Amino acid sequence: MFAYYLQLGLRSLRKNPLLTLLMVLAIGCGVAASMTTYSVFRATSNNPIPNKSSQLFVPQIDNWGPDSAKDNKGEPPNAMTYTDAINLMRDKRATRQTALYPAAMSVVPEDAGMLPFRETSYGWYADAFGMFDVPFQFGHGWTASEDDSHAAVAVIGRSLNEKLFNGANSVGRNINLNGRDYRIVGVADKWNPEPVFYDVINTNGFDDPIQVFIPFTRAVELKTPTNGNNNCNHDAGNGWDAWIRSECVWLGFWAELPTKSEADAYRQYLNGYAAEQQRAGRFRWAPNTRLRNVTEWLEYQKVVPQEAKVSLMVSLGFLLICLVNTVGLLLAKFMRRSSEIGVRRALGATRKEIYLQFLIEAAAIGLAGGVVGLVLTGLGVLGVSLVFEPDIAKLATLDVSLILLTMLVALLATVLAAFYPTWRAAQVQPAWQLKSN
Amino acid sequence: MMQIKPILAALKRHKAGTILIAMQIALTLAIVCNALFIIHQRLERVQRPTGLVETDLMAIQTRFVGTEESKAGPLVKMDLQALRQLPGVQDAVSLNSYPLRGGGWSTGVRTDVDAKDSKAHTTQYFGDEHTLPTMGTKLIEGRNFRSDEIIEADPQAVPDPASIIVSKALADKLYPDGHALGKTVYIGDSKKPSTIIGIVDRLEVPWNGTWSDSFYENSLIQPVQLTSSFTNYLIRTKPGQLADVLKAAPAALVKVNRMRVIPNDRGVRTFAEVREHAYKGDRGMAILMGVVCLVLLGITAAGIVGLTSFWVGQRRKQIGVRRALGATKGDILSYFLTENLLIGVAGVLIGALLAMGMNLWLVTQFEMARLSIAYVLVGVVVLLLLGQGAVLAPAMRASRVSPVEATRSV
Repeated sequence: MFAYYLQLGLRSLRKNPLLTLLMVLAIGCGVAASMTTYSVFRATSNNPIPNKSSQLFVPQIDNWGPDSAKDNKGEPPNAMTYTDAINLMRDKRATRQTALYPAAMSVVPEDAGMLPFRETSYGWYADAFGMFDVPFQFGHGWTASEDDSHAAVAVIGRSLNEKLFNGANSVGRNINLNGRDYRIVGVADKWNPEPVFYDVINTNGFDDPIQVFIPFTRAVELKTPTNGNNNCNHDAGNGWDAWIRSECVWLGFWAELPTKSEADAYRQYLNGYAAEQQRAGRFRWAPNTRLRNVTEWLEYQKVVPQEAKVSLMVSLGFLLICLVNTVGLLLAKFMRRSSEIGVRRALGATRKEIYLQFLIEAAAIGLAGGVVGLVLTGLGVLGVSLVFEPDIAKLATLDVSLILLTMLVALLATVLAAFYPTWRAAQVQPAWQLKSN
Repeated sequence: MMQIKPILAALKRHKAGTILIAMQIALTLAIVCNALFIIHQRLERVQRPTGLVETDLMAIQTRFVGTEESKAGPLVKMDLQALRQLPGVQDAVSLNSYPLRGGGWSTGVRTDVDAKDSKAHTTQYFGDEHTLPTMGTKLIEGRNFRSDEIIEADPQAVPDPASIIVSKALADKLYPDGHALGKTVYIGDSKKPSTIIGIVDRLEVPWNGTWSDSFYENSLIQPVQLTSSFTNYLIRTKPGQLADVLKAAPAALVKVNRMRVIPNDRGVRTFAEVREHAYKGDRGMAILMGVVCLVLLGITAAGIVGLTSFWVGQRRKQIGVRRALGATKGDILSYFLTENLLIGVAGVLIGALLAMGMNLWLVTQFEMARLSIAYVLVGVVVLLLLGQGAVLAPAMRASRVSPVEATRSV
């Protein structure tokens, strides 16, 4: 019976090619628009570290006071001062913790014929490798004692290792950064969480993977400037030392707190710390702190670009209009066949069979729309770079799951749109139709 | 218009179709209005002038390697010398930033040394007497810096300059009476006054995001050469020599000093490339919304054609009867046009409300501007015309139904 209905459906589609083409194109356009924008939305709202997103936290401490906070809905600054970061590191109240910043590092190749080049570089603490689940191809991260001794050690990324050492195990060899030698202790395997949750402030969530990691303590000792933002509410004063002692915020900070009770305890600790700073006279206001995990942090920092949300909303509206349109056209199409339905009903077809027949016909339109939608989605994904930065655009891809989703949405949407017209078709009274003929 | 009553009676019998068309018109209006509004906003932003003469202009970004952050002053000087000597180069300057670059410095400015709050927000450009000629920015009052006024400074210890040049927008904000020249201002927390010695026509800030919209024309130039190891060279070439200098300049810099990094992706750019990159998102969003609008209008028109054709087909007999009873072709045509107009009006009324509701939601969610009523009005007219246009073909077909149809069964 199914094959018969399918055949009937296909024949009726052929009978009215213009109307059919219209519906297929409308569904195709609607599905393609929403799937293209969804691909961007999906990439930007991805959970970058699913196993740990509820265990890694960003503490925030208000060191600027209510005057500055009122411009930001009472929120503390979204980065940390050197003073607070060092104090939190010293207190070690979390299972693991790290301060971090994008250090402006250039690689000077051994080969004098090659020019120096820039790589994405971060200064952070030994704990960070474990906290962020950085995988290693060779060797491992440095140790906490190397943090303490400001050791000249480095971990490099896989692609930098390929560039400098042809992919060989370079552990124990040296790399020249900003004119100084560092001993390589590890080569990180491909590690590229998207969005870049560990440094949203400076990257807006999207950047090239890190290729150079050095101890935070070493980077600060060498007065390595930050490659990221530096925000001050007052003049920092002259020179590096004045700057790192100032109230300027420029550091990221992460704490690993595996259980809820640990997170709660850390919250209390932060408030206690701020109260202590108040007592010491540094803060002239009550403690104002925050502790957000990865998911909350990405949400708070609005990592999903406004463009991604607005265009997703608009294209969903677009899909809705296409569906309303399809309802109308299907209605016209099905009602035109009232007499045919009447004959079939009079010859004994049940309502259920009419339902089945017309829903199958709609499904055929949906599938055709899906195929058109797939082609257009492919074009759309290629065109994503028109609207978004390359760092984001490259994340939008037409993979198997998106292909399946496109077909599914097209099919479901069309069948859904067909319900009302089908119901109307099934209401056709056999006797009345016959008589009127 | 005499036909309204019978039309309403007829529509009652086609509730589903009527509602569907009206709904489609309403939704389309809501989305098209908002999309047009977004397009307009974006295009307006894209067309904002920087205040620079953008032809024959290019930028190079460089960072010295192995030099202490505050000791690159002599290296920058050597670079500038090499750049200015290149054939094809008219002028060159070392700056911390320039319009549309994306990153830069910003601060508050006060006119009263004791004031707690700043009077205006501004960006700070640090440059020398070559800044204005290289940028091509027009001085409308006062004078340019003299070479003896330029001071060298560590970026972490920038002194407050005795003299500054400001953009007209900033001057007007600080001194609304229009006599800013020669007056003093206090930059950031400073207690030391800086005198405005020159006013330029226009100079944009380095950022072009919405967050900087409130001060995007407030700029000040300080006669300070930063000794940072990171710097941007802005180069004006002689007319038509941009392509040559684009190749020669980075090569010349590497020849002066190899221990530097000029990034591959955004290291060397013409200003046209800088502009294109800065506005890529805005332009793309406008194109996207434009395509959405066109396709949407097309689909809505097609939907109206489809449903009306169906109605015409259904009513052939009635049309025949009316024709037999003396109705002219024009009567039939105007019947369908009026019918569509009635549905259209209902649709656009709901649509206008939807459009404003949708905008209100966008305003709260994305801090977008309030939709102006003009967009809704334009949208209403466009959709009503679209509806009339779409219904024309089926209505013509209806008017050609011959009176003989009255005698036929279906």
